[in-house]
Amino acid sequence: MTPSHEHGRDGGAGRVGRPRGATLWALAALPLVLLGGLLGVLFWTGPLDAVRGEAYPPVEELVFQRVELGPEGIVATVLNDGPDPVTIAQVQVDEAYWSFTAEPGTTLAHLARTTLTIPYPWVEGDAHALRLVTSTGVTFDHEIAVAVETPTPDARFFGVFTLIGLYVGVIPVAIGLLWLPLVSRTGRTGLDFLLALTIGLLLFLFIEAGHDGLEAAALAPSSFQGVALFVFGALAAFVGLEMVGGWLRARRRDTGASEERGWILAQMVATGIGLHNFGEGLAIGAAFALGEATLGTVLIVGFMLHNTTEGLAIVAPLAREPVRVRRLLRLGVLGGAPTIVGAWVGGFVYSPIWSVLFLALGAGAIAQVVVQLTRQVVGEESVAAYMTTPSVAGGLFTGVAVMYMTGLIVG
Amino acid sequence: MTQMRNRVDPQTRSWSRRAWLRLAGLGSLTGGVALASQGSAAGQLDVVSASALDHLGNAMGPVGRVSTEFFDPTRFLRTWNFSDLPAEERARFYRETPKSDGTTLREYQIFAVDREIEIAPGVFFPAWTYNGQVPGPTIRATVGDHMRITFVNQGSHPHTLHFHGWHPPGMDGSLPAHQVMPGESFLYEFDAEPFGLHLYHCHANPLKRHIHKGLYGAFIVDPPSDVSRPPADELVMVLNGFDTNFDADNEVYAANTVASFYMQEPIRVQVGQLVRMYVVNLTEFDLINSLHLHGMFFDVFRTGTSLTSSESTDTIMLCQGERAILETTFRYPGDFMFHGHQSEFAELGWMGLFRAEGNRDT
Repeated sequence: MTPSHEHGRDGGAGRVGRPRGATLWALAALPLVLLGGLLGVLFWTGPLDAVRGEAYPPVEELVFQRVELGPEGIVATVLNDGPDPVTIAQVQVDEAYWSFTAEPGTTLAHLARTTLTIPYPWVEGDAHALRLVTSTGVTFDHEIAVAVETPTPDARFFGVFTLIGLYVGVIPVAIGLLWLPLVSRTGRTGLDFLLALTIGLLLFLFIEAGHDGLEAAALAPSSFQGVALFVFGALAAFVGLEMVGGWLRARRRDTGASEERGWILAQMVATGIGLHNFGEGLAIGAAFALGEATLGTVLIVGFMLHNTTEGLAIVAPLAREPVRVRRLLRLGVLGGAPTIVGAWVGGFVYSPIWSVLFLALGAGAIAQVVVQLTRQVVGEESVAAYMTTPSVAGGLFTGVAVMYMTGLIVG
Repeated sequence: MTQMRNRVDPQTRSWSRRAWLRLAGLGSLTGGVALASQGSAAGQLDVVSASALDHLGNAMGPVGRVSTEFFDPTRFLRTWNFSDLPAEERARFYRETPKSDGTTLREYQIFAVDREIEIAPGVFFPAWTYNGQVPGPTIRATVGDHMRITFVNQGSHPHTLHFHGWHPPGMDGSLPAHQVMPGESFLYEFDAEPFGLHLYHCHANPLKRHIHKGLYGAFIVDPPSDVSRPPADELVMVLNGFDTNFDADNEVYAANTVASFYMQEPIRVQVGQLVRMYVVNLTEFDLINSLHLHGMFFDVFRTGTSLTSSESTDTIMLCQGERAILETTFRYPGDFMFHGHQSEFAELGWMGLFRAEGNRDT
C-alpha cells in the first residue's frame, strides 16, 4: 500500500520539483486565504450594496417547516429561506389578526428559525388558513387542510405509528414473501418471468421514489438544494451498495461458499426496499401527525396490494436456494420494518429535507438492485436479447402494470 | 407582483395527491386505536382542545402597539384645519380671513409626499400621503366659504386633489391634464358647497392605486351658522384598508388607518353628551364597508346634506366614497364596541371601543 502511494505522489509532483508537505499545504491554502480575505473586505466595506441598490426592498422568504395543533393552539415552526433578515410583525388565522408569541423571536436571520405559538381555538376537522405578515407587509400562507390534534411523543402514539408501519410496510412485505414456495417451484421460464416482474416492480418504485423525492425537494427550503441532495443522495446509495455487494462477493469467494449468491442479492433488494419504505414511512407519519389523514377503507386495501408486491421482489432471487425461515424473517424486517421507524421519525420530528434524503437513498438503492438483478438473470447474454424473450418482456410489463394498477387504487 | 408578495406554502399542496389519499386509508385503519376524527365524523366536537383554550379569552387582534409619534389616531378624531398644531406652525398650513360678506377665505397648504406608515404594530406600508399622514388632514369649512388650496406635489408620481362638491371643471383634479407633476404645484380654488360631509382624494391614474396608497381625506362643509348643527363631541372616522402584499385584497382594515387602534385606546366620550361621527368610506377593493355600534342606536344624515335624520339604526352601509354623519348620545357608562359588520373587516382591524364616562344623570 505505502509504496504505491509514494509512487503516486512522486509521479504527480515530479513536474513541479517535489515540494515538501508543508509547501503543498500552503499551495492548497493560498487561494482559500485570498478568498477569505476578499470576503472579509466585502463584508467590511459593503460594496455589494451598490450592486443591489438602496431602493430595493429586502428579499423576504419564509418557509413553514412544521405546524402542530394542540391544546395551546397552533404552533408553527418557520424558517427564513431568504438572504435578508425577516421580521414577522403579525399573524392572521382565518383572516383575523391573532395574538402570538415567538420563540426565540420575530426577527429571523438567513436560515434562522422561530416557533410561533398562536392561541387560536381551532376546530377539529375544519380547515384553517395561517398567514404571516412581515414588517414590510409581505404575506406567507399555510393551509391546515384538516385540523387534528398533533400527537405528542408518548407510548400511545408510538403504538399508533408502529401499527401504521406494520400495516403499510411489514405486513404487505411479509405476505409477499410467502410467494417463495411458488417461486422455488417454477421452471426456468417461470423464473425468468418472475425475476423480470421483480425488475418491473422495482423500476416502477424507482420512478415513484424519484417523483416523490423531487416533489419533497420542492417543499424543502430552497437553501437546502433539495434536487441536488436527492440526486447525489441516490448516487451515494448506488455506489455504496455496489461497494457492499463487491465486498460480499469477495468474501464469498474467499470462504468458498457458493449457494449464497441469491441470498446476498435478496438482502440487497430488501435493503433498497427498506430504505424506500423508510422514506415512505417518514412522509406518512408526518402527514398523519399534521392532520392530513382522513377516512377511506377502500384505499388501505389498494395500499396493501401495492406494497405486497415488494415482498415478491425480495424473494425472487432466492428461487434456486434453500431458505431458512429465520432468513426469510430477516428479509421481511429489513424490507418492512423501516416503515415503522420512518413513521415514528416523521410523526414527531418531520421536515421535508429528511424525506428528500431517504427517498434519495431508496431510489439509489433500488437502482443498484435493478442493475444487480439484471446482471444475475442476463448472465452471458446481451441485455437486449434477454429483454426480448417473451417471458422476460411479459414479466417486465406485468411488474409495471401491477404497480400501476394497484397505484391507481391508492391514488 | 402577486406571485412575489404572497407565497402559498407549497407544503399545502404536497400531500394533496397520492400521499394524502394514501393516508386517507390509514385513517380508517387506526381510527379505532386513537387518532382519526371519529368524534367529529359523528357530529361531536372535540371538547378537550376547545376547553383548554377557554382561559385565553379574547386573544384576537394584532400584537404590540404602533408608534403614535407621527400619526395619532386619537388626535386625528378631533382635528380639522390643522387645529392640533401650535398657532405658529398651524399658520404654515392654514389661514382663515373673514370676508366682508360674512363668509371666510380659507387657505390651505397641502403637499403630497411618499412616506412609510405603520398601519398595524410592526407592519409598515409604503404609502403616498397628504401632509405625511393617512388619512390626509381633515378640511372643514362653512358653506359658502372661499377655498384656496395650494397643492405641492413632493411625491414621486403625478398626483391631484379631487374634491367632492360643487366646483368648476378646471378645479376637478381628475383629467390627465389636471395631473400635478412631481415638483410642481397647483392652486385649487372654489366655494365650499353644498353643506354636508364630503371627501377629497387623488384622482391621478391608475386611480385605484393612488387611492389605496393613502391619498384621501375628509372634507366637512358645515351648514350656515343660523341653522348650524347642535353642539356635540365631533369625531372624524375615515374607513380605510391597506393591501400590503399588492394582491388587490386588503390585509388591514381600520377606522383611521391603524388596525384595532381604538381597541387598545378606546375613544373617550361623555355619557349624556351628543356625539357626532363624520364617517367616510375610502376602503379600496371592497364594494362596501359598514359601521355597527353596540348597545345603542344612532341618527343617520346621509352625506350630511340634510339637517333631518333619514333613519335611526345601529348599522349603516356605505359604498366606496359614500359617507354619513351619525349622531347619538351614550346612555350608559362603559365600553361600547363598534366595527365594520363584515366580520372579516372587523377581525382584520376595523374594530374599536367607545369608553363612555360620567354618570347617566349628570
